[in-house]
Amino acid sequence: MRAAVKDQGALKASWVTYTIVGLVTLGSVFPLYYTVVMASHTNAEMAAGTPPLLPNMSVVDNVKKALELAPLNLGLVNSLIVAGSITIGTVMLCTLAGFAFAKLRFRGSGILLAICVATMMVPLQMGVIPLYIMMAKIGLANHLSAVILPSLCTAFGVFFMRQYVSSAVPDELIEAAYMDGAGPLRVFWSVVVPAVRPAMAVLGMLTFLMAWNDFFWPIIVLSSQNPTVQVSFQSLATGFAPQQSIIMAGTLYGTIPVLIVFALLGRQIVGGIMQGAIKG
Amino acid sequence: MTAVQQQPDVVVRRPQATARRRARLPGRRIGYLYVLPFFLVFAAFSVYPWIATAWVSLHDTRLTTYDQSSWVGLANYRNLFTNDFFWNAFRNTITIGIISTVPQLCMALGIAHLLNYRLRGRTFFRIAILMPYATSLAAATVIFAELFDPHLGLINWVLQAVHLPAVDWQGSKWPSQIAVSTIVTWRWTGYNALIYLAGMQAISSDLYEAAAMDGAGRWAQFRHVTLPGLRPTILFTIVVSTIGAAQLFGEPLLYHNGLPDGGTEGQYQTLGLLMYQQGWTNDRLGLASATAWTMFLIIVLAVGVNLLLARRRERHAGGRVRRSIALASVPEVTVR
Repeated sequence: MRAAVKDQGALKASWVTYTIVGLVTLGSVFPLYYTVVMASHTNAEMAAGTPPLLPNMSVVDNVKKALELAPLNLGLVNSLIVAGSITIGTVMLCTLAGFAFAKLRFRGSGILLAICVATMMVPLQMGVIPLYIMMAKIGLANHLSAVILPSLCTAFGVFFMRQYVSSAVPDELIEAAYMDGAGPLRVFWSVVVPAVRPAMAVLGMLTFLMAWNDFFWPIIVLSSQNPTVQVSFQSLATGFAPQQSIIMAGTLYGTIPVLIVFALLGRQIVGGIMQGAIKG
Repeated sequence: MTAVQQQPDVVVRRPQATARRRARLPGRRIGYLYVLPFFLVFAAFSVYPWIATAWVSLHDTRLTTYDQSSWVGLANYRNLFTNDFFWNAFRNTITIGIISTVPQLCMALGIAHLLNYRLRGRTFFRIAILMPYATSLAAATVIFAELFDPHLGLINWVLQAVHLPAVDWQGSKWPSQIAVSTIVTWRWTGYNALIYLAGMQAISSDLYEAAAMDGAGRWAQFRHVTLPGLRPTILFTIVVSTIGAAQLFGEPLLYHNGLPDGGTEGQYQTLGLLMYQQGWTNDRLGLASATAWTMFLIIVLAVGVNLLLARRRERHAGGRVRRSIALASVPEVTVR
């Protein structure tokens, strides 16, 4: 609503604006389109004179060849399991903690939250060695749970939920629930969760995308025999694919599912990112 | 006495306020219960490993004989700081960081400005420019490695078509760093543009009207209304990009077909990738841990400098010092 009102106040775009925005859009999408083209032409065809600009049906054949080179299907299934579990876990843990930080004043809550936010500065590299040793010791190296467990919560998620709960759940609502004799868990489930469901959905989508695209930790803890789809891309790139078309076909095959989901939920994801940006 | 008698009128409201505040915390300890699951996972899989990395960095540690590590004090750090590989990666991380961040954020600002006009099909444009963000860095890097391929790549073909010399995007230092930076820029420009756009839409249109009444043209409006209004958002994106750039890893790895050397001569080796090479290729976990902690300190330093500069500018601009601006917005920082 508010956005619509704002936009009416905004200046009308000229053709120059449309041209530039169009070029930017082209720049964003063209590499993805061209992947389809590269996936359907041999090295010789790519190198000969004018490069092709249209794909053809040999892309199907090349996908089949890519599937023989790298376990892409296993990768896709694994990625779905990993990203799905991380999403559910993160949304639950972060909503619980975000609610507590927003509405329950307990000793040290300010400091805890500040520490939580400050840890966003810690590079991924700082934890992987002990984490790898730990996983090896408890026999989880090369297991999907080794990828899932450390990613179950993010400081960002807690902060995001805290901001939303602060503004979306009126204190009176919680008070009333307590006065009716609801216990803390009951209050959480029946009052807080329904009120913040939109934010949970946004956090869920962003978390899923991040977990799906994660690369650094999975490549360390998983082997190419039991990869997520990102890890299987690496075995495509390092494997000895005779043609670039096969590498491209494999990359395309492993990327399309998430792009389709993205296209379907794009409006919500865009909204979520923009909404998150102002919330602070 | 009369004062006391008159008081109640005012006081009546007070108890309500405190009652409300108290109602917020029914059973103070419940709060801990809610944050406990989060902090348990966080402590086990984040805080503990960070501290353990510090411990490892003071030992000579190998993957196979992890438990028999011997204490070496600061030798790993000394080794690191006298090591050409480290300084090469350090310099590359900074240059790639600049090449990938500065144009990216400037373009994002411009794009956001255009998207802020009344556009037909604006949802379409917004989703389209966010497509690269949805593409994984692994896929994006594999795709761009092919586009930048010296012989088969489209980019060199275009260069030659307009009678420019072909460029060795893999072997030469600056071209290869530009290529790696291009991947980062492609993936994150649209995302940052949306963040800026959100910031712009939060600026009151009254300010623009007032500026227009004072005779400010479009450019003047952009400079004197949009930019100051966006300052916290811009600072936020700079901080996030700095953190991301400091730990760049996947792009240089996959740009060289999954080899952790950052190019045949380390021309685009970064600290994040060097750490991986030290640990998993050379089995020098102590050295790799020292690199990891050094990276952390570099990030803290870089972010600190950013915040300090921003604060100074705020003070110059006569604005209020907003401390928590950097912490006060959104996105995912940890995973790139």
